[in-house]
Amino acid sequence: MTDASAPTPAGASPWGRRLVIAIPYLWLLVFFLAPFFIVLKISFSDTVIAQPPYTPLLDLAQGWQGIKDWWAGLDAENYGILFEDELYVASYVSSLRIATIATLLTLLIAYPMAYGMARAPKGWRPMLLMAVILPFWTSLLIRVYAWIGILSPEGLLNAFLLGTGIISEPLYIMNTETAVFIGIVYSYLPFMVLPLYASLEKLDDTLLEAAADLGSPPWKAFWQITVPLSLPGVIAGCFLVFIPAVGEFVIPDLLGGSETLMIGKTLYNEFFMNRDWPVSSAIAVLLLLVLVLPIAIYNNVQAREVGAKT
Amino acid sequence: MALKPAQKALGPIRRSFAPWLDPSAVPLIRFENVVKRFGDFTAVDDVSIDIHGREFFALLGPSGCGKTTLMRMLAGFEEPTSGRITLAGQDLVGVPPYRRPVNMMFQSYALFPHMSVEQNIAFGLKQDKLPKAEIEARVKEMLRLVKLEPFASRKPHQLSGGQRQRVALARSLAKRPKVLLLDEPLGALDKKLREETQFELMDLQMELGLTFLIVTHDQEEAMTVADRIAVMNHGKLVQVATPGEIYEQPSCRYVAGFIGDINLFEAEVAASAGGLVTLKSAEVGATFSAAGEAAPGASVALAVRPEKVRISIDPPPADAANVLKGEVWDIAYLGDWTVFLVKAENSEKIVRVSRANVMRSETQPVAWDDKVHVWFAPDAGVLLSS
Repeated sequence: MTDASAPTPAGASPWGRRLVIAIPYLWLLVFFLAPFFIVLKISFSDTVIAQPPYTPLLDLAQGWQGIKDWWAGLDAENYGILFEDELYVASYVSSLRIATIATLLTLLIAYPMAYGMARAPKGWRPMLLMAVILPFWTSLLIRVYAWIGILSPEGLLNAFLLGTGIISEPLYIMNTETAVFIGIVYSYLPFMVLPLYASLEKLDDTLLEAAADLGSPPWKAFWQITVPLSLPGVIAGCFLVFIPAVGEFVIPDLLGGSETLMIGKTLYNEFFMNRDWPVSSAIAVLLLLVLVLPIAIYNNVQAREVGAKT
Repeated sequence: MALKPAQKALGPIRRSFAPWLDPSAVPLIRFENVVKRFGDFTAVDDVSIDIHGREFFALLGPSGCGKTTLMRMLAGFEEPTSGRITLAGQDLVGVPPYRRPVNMMFQSYALFPHMSVEQNIAFGLKQDKLPKAEIEARVKEMLRLVKLEPFASRKPHQLSGGQRQRVALARSLAKRPKVLLLDEPLGALDKKLREETQFELMDLQMELGLTFLIVTHDQEEAMTVADRIAVMNHGKLVQVATPGEIYEQPSCRYVAGFIGDINLFEAEVAASAGGLVTLKSAEVGATFSAAGEAAPGASVALAVRPEKVRISIDPPPADAANVLKGEVWDIAYLGDWTVFLVKAENSEKIVRVSRANVMRSETQPVAWDDKVHVWFAPDAGVLLSS
């Protein structure tokens, strides 16, 4: 112990460490924070028929006066529109509802899958993991298109069910909310399975033996031991599915009907059909707030729990 | 580390307690010709043991000898391939672990990480749907028993290793099982704490009047806590006896070598008369006389514990039997004991001699490279034929 005050290991300079930490922060700054502020700025602008289609524009050539003019031209009018027009509120509510139901369905299907994988013989596990990840090798768009081929009235599913005589009338699943649920559950299943598998695989078998030894039959031990200890995986998986599902655009657009309202579709229409950049930016910013708030609260609770432990 | 010298009396430590000597006593646990195979590997090979109520019984052996498998079969985590296990007359084969009146303290403790100390201890009681007040009272009693009252609401990761060990013990005792199974319970503790806990376990077992079955590979631990020890090797039972008998009357070379240190002299029986056997040992070129009986011409080993061998530079008394001359090869001073390794004259045999350091002196009477005599009484050794 020649130098007890140095917290860094011998040879590693504090600058090297700072550099390593700086890289991901720089990445987030350039590719996340900067675009976010641009979107935020546009959301306070007004739409015009021009290129770009919003005003005011920040003109730094005018110096201080240019900044003042730009600042004076900004207002929160677009956010008012979001709350006045029922379409937007309904889109948000419908998106949250669809994402919630889809997340729960994904959890119900993913938990037994992950449990089976974690209990499988050790040699099989890499192969099973591979099978879960395999769909990522094909483009999401192509996979969603494939579901059209399966779910349409003349599709594979109906052909099979009609052919085997299980049903006599074709099922109309395409262009309904059911198709959207199927699409979301299918597309996001790996995001739920992987964190669940990670937490279930760590579970110590002797804990289940101890539960059995103390008089708890296997089905009770599952609820008393396995489920609580896999809760971190459940929460991580639900966030990973719920957050992108709320803003999902491709799946409701391709599989859902005209009555399936989702905020991603509404945003797309505002941006590309109406060319109303300010309102679509406001939609995006509000969506971010809707999603960030619960996560922030959850993180806060988590941090406090960890703080209480130490 | 040499063992403490054995008591002269070879009976049980608790002298009044020896139900295994009473032919009319009914054992609590019976293993009858139990065999367990995992594929081609026979983990437990035709083991029969009777364990009596209120006994502290130890299964002792090296790792992989089948002792843990035997215990897991009693807990219900493994089913025997053949044979019967009964507890208080009830056949346990086919009874799932959650219906068996035994509880186990796991080697890894297996505490539920998401539950507090209190909840861990109450877990088994809640499974029995006991009234809430009774559960609370029982948890309090257990916390007091293991002296963990101030830590009731802590989670396992906030405890030290010794405290976790106590929680595991309290949890397995809370249901007042007929038999408590202890799987290497003190393996993770340091030496001082382990010794302390061994004595606490014995007190606890006496106080609660329960039957304890402990699995350990540590012979000192088994000798300290157990009324009787079953020594196992390669899935087979080698000897079942009290610690004193195991130490002083090992049944074979394996037990003699596994428990403590021992000198084994390979010899041939020359004559046997009047309870005294004359042995010729080609190994050290000497004639021994030993208490016992054996057929002349048989090959045997004379086993003598190091503390029963005497050592001196001066010649022994004229009437001393079994005298060997030699040279001090090595000395190990252990504080309470000194161990001398003596190379016997005209042979490669190293004789191990230990002496209790009863006098406080800085110089040893025998030093390195001294020419010495070692000798032992005819009744100091045991004849081993296998």
